[in-house]
Amino acid sequence: MPSEKVVDFKDVVIVYDNFPAVAGATFSVDKGEIVLLQGPNGAGKTTLLRACAGLLPIARGTANVLGCDLSTNRVAVRSRVGLLGHANGLFQDLTVLENMLFWSRLVGATRQDVDQAMIAMGISGRLGETQVAKLSAGQRRRCALASLIVRRAQLWLLDEPHAGLDTQGRDELDRTLRAARDSGATVIFASHEIERARSLATRSLMVTTGMVKPA
Amino acid sequence: MNQTPRSRVVSAVLTKDLRIEARSRVVTNQVLPFAGLIMIMFAFALDNDDVLQRVAGGLIWLATIFSLFVIVQRSFAIDTSDSALDSLRVAGIDLSAVFLGKAIALTLQLIALDVVLIAAAFLLYQVQVSAAGLVLLVTCVICATTGLGFVGTLYGGLTAGTTGRETLLPLLLLPVVAPVLIAATRATEAAFGSGGAATSEGWAWVGLLTIFAAVFGIGGSLAFGPLIDE
Repeated sequence: MPSEKVVDFKDVVIVYDNFPAVAGATFSVDKGEIVLLQGPNGAGKTTLLRACAGLLPIARGTANVLGCDLSTNRVAVRSRVGLLGHANGLFQDLTVLENMLFWSRLVGATRQDVDQAMIAMGISGRLGETQVAKLSAGQRRRCALASLIVRRAQLWLLDEPHAGLDTQGRDELDRTLRAARDSGATVIFASHEIERARSLATRSLMVTTGMVKPA
Repeated sequence: MNQTPRSRVVSAVLTKDLRIEARSRVVTNQVLPFAGLIMIMFAFALDNDDVLQRVAGGLIWLATIFSLFVIVQRSFAIDTSDSALDSLRVAGIDLSAVFLGKAIALTLQLIALDVVLIAAAFLLYQVQVSAAGLVLLVTCVICATTGLGFVGTLYGGLTAGTTGRETLLPLLLLPVVAPVLIAATRATEAAFGSGGAATSEGWAWVGLLTIFAAVFGIGGSLAFGPLIDE
């Protein structure tokens, strides 16, 4: 059976702040893969992830994500992907539970989905009633990951997902990503923690000066 | 995947913004005293009851517009501080619903602010209002704050994420809200009967405020998504 391509980039150029952050990237990712993006700072990993999420315009080349042509309609793909960038996308004045319920309302998830995600990321109970501003960096990261789980995205795009997490949190994250893959999702993530990331990934790609090559 | 109903997004964003304000109390503890101080400082500066009664309408709306800048900055700071605005974009929701939710939250905060400012005008400037004037005043406040809510949210979205947005926002917004300042001032003066103005003279200005609100409500709904995306 032919593999189903979730991401298919051909000679893609992405210009960011008048600079070609991605300069002719060609790569594809099949359904069910967990792909690691490696590369030095400023290589274009974050730009690639944001482009896959439909947040950046494609200047040249063809870019297909989940069957959507990003050159013509990059908005269509957004409801089907989940992006976790360097920031957590949380509201500091709200509690963990209020944040979770807000995002769940926007994506039509149930309270049960929220409870399950919070348990999976270890932020249920008393922590759920705590204001996000009062959490540690690792706890905020867990909260952001839990809100991502609630979305049940078909493509997970994660930028340094292990950053700020303790060992237990990292293990939980790895388990969550494998579970997402097992349920049919595809994961692309960028990481500088090569050893842990390689053990999680099914394939690695090297991003250097806006170009993508097999690692 | 089905898109989340617009009404659910509007209600979620509205509830979120009001809950954050209720918890942080920025409007109550900072904006309200700031607006009150403007009213008091003008009272000291002009120091003449007749003049104060005549210009009370203008002072209320000047204080409202100065406060608008602070509330809009705050409204978008909570969305940009941890890149929640990016998360809203990626959520694949109708961004015009986000616009409406934020605009309604902003309007409700401005209405609460204006109630206090008008009460301050009664107390400090000794203005008076008839029953017909009160109806005009309430309508004027609703129409003017709705227009300010729409235009404030639109320009807040335009400047969110730009460098120097604290100074850019007033620079861009002030010329645009000038019609609201003029129309709301004239309508409020008519409600107070300042300078012998009849209450009936104020309704034409309320009409202008309604048109302004409608234009920026429709225009903002259409433009907000593309503006946030760029």
